[in-house]
Amino acid sequence: MKRALCVVLLAVLPTPVLADTVLHKERSLYSNIVVKQHGSTICLLFSIRRDQRNQSCIDTDRPKRMVFVYTRMTLAGLLFVDDPKNILVVGLGGGTLPVAFTELFPHTHVDSIEIDPAVTEVARRFFGFRSGPRLEVHTQDARVWSRRAALKDKRYDLIILDAFNGEYIPEHLMTREFLTDIRSLLADGATLIANTFSVSDLYDHESVTYKDVFGSFINFKVPESGNRMIVVPGVELSDDEIDEKAEALNRQLAPYGVPIKRYARVMANQRGRKPDWKTDARILTDQYSPANLLQAN
Amino acid sequence: MHPSFIRVPLPIPQTIITRSVHLSAFNLYTAAVVLLIYALAFTGGFVIMSLELLGGRILAPYFGSSIYVWGSIITVFMLSLSLGYLLGGRWSVHRPSLIRFASIFVGGALLMYPLILVAEPIMEWIFARVEDPRFGSLLAASALFILPTVVLGMISPYSVRLLVKAVEQSGQVAGHLYFVSTLGSALGTLMTSFYLVLWFEINTILMLLTGALAFMFILAVLGHRKAPQLWADSTVGGQK
Repeated sequence: MKRALCVVLLAVLPTPVLADTVLHKERSLYSNIVVKQHGSTICLLFSIRRDQRNQSCIDTDRPKRMVFVYTRMTLAGLLFVDDPKNILVVGLGGGTLPVAFTELFPHTHVDSIEIDPAVTEVARRFFGFRSGPRLEVHTQDARVWSRRAALKDKRYDLIILDAFNGEYIPEHLMTREFLTDIRSLLADGATLIANTFSVSDLYDHESVTYKDVFGSFINFKVPESGNRMIVVPGVELSDDEIDEKAEALNRQLAPYGVPIKRYARVMANQRGRKPDWKTDARILTDQYSPANLLQAN
Repeated sequence: MHPSFIRVPLPIPQTIITRSVHLSAFNLYTAAVVLLIYALAFTGGFVIMSLELLGGRILAPYFGSSIYVWGSIITVFMLSLSLGYLLGGRWSVHRPSLIRFASIFVGGALLMYPLILVAEPIMEWIFARVEDPRFGSLLAASALFILPTVVLGMISPYSVRLLVKAVEQSGQVAGHLYFVSTLGSALGTLMTSFYLVLWFEINTILMLLTGALAFMFILAVLGHRKAPQLWADSTVGGQK
């Protein structure tokens, strides 16, 4: 009788879909951190909801290869950068981007800002992330850090904004005032790349806010990713020059899985396009930044 | 409709006339004042929590929105409220009146309004001097919110004093007042976090809160001025 019941129960219970191994689970000060392994891929996730997004992944067989399209898209910003000396990355995740930068540019110094010390620890334990004199992690709120950096007259040749884990948006990192602080950290001819939201009302609000602070930007989207990259190029390049640069970067970026030539074409075509957002949307400011409410709309 | 219909005076229902005759002026006044005091306590609760939530928004550009920033804000509000309770209770001992109660509201409004102008320079000053964002946020929250919150904290004990007529009912009166003012706090929290920040800028919300305090001050002053007339007006009660 008992056995029969077991059989029935087993039949009724949903069978797990190709079980991921959970390597680590942690409720940190800022989010729920889960590290999962699926085959040779290890991923860092920031919530345990069903529609959870993989935040950062690494393929242990090919550690350099970027698993996510959006990280590959971020590297495409290198089209507008020549041998950067100082790079700022806001948001660490698994640390794949800062590490890639130190590998690509042997003489560069990377400052990485991460609010959650637990994330840095997870990156170290599971993603082989190592900080050092050339790659520093600052455990701080990006707003506080950038304000201090601006006071100290710090300058960067490349700035990456990637501080959103998808679950809760730090609203004070969406505002015109924050972006103005970030702009003041850009050296002459420096490039900025921001990973932003591409759905919901927030797309419109974020677009007009970046437009207000940085003027025109390249609205970089590819069909295979739900992310939208805002690229503020530090140099004006013609279509031919972009293709030339892509050709030069192609070999360097190949191990990371970045189809740079295709991306270069997409970006070149994006330039001069009419905005596909509502240009009369309200600019996000320190006075008005209900980003989480707007995202829900 | 026939135009002459408009000129026909509306009949006054008999029940209203008889009721007002039976109600004494004293009861009318008392009922109005009790209602007014509850409304004042409700507004106080609303404004305190709305301000506390805005506090997080105000500090974030300088000190982030980490857990310790919220820790600073909540600590400062709790300390200020406890001090306010002490002061309000103490003050209610000396000749309590509606006009003195009203002055708490105008005091709160006057101390809150300057936040619009001085919050930025104060935070900038502290940010430049205190490196640690934990103590920076604690200092900033203290500088910005202690004064208005202490004054707003005086509302609760003072309103208890105004409503309690006999020792036996003091617990019940206090219970009613906590109920109403905490309900105000709940609504202030909900409205601010769900809607007000979506509709308005922070400074606009601060102005609205100041306006609400000022409006309640005026209502209380009117109530106070009406009181002697109501007491003296014996036409209704005199017909009894």
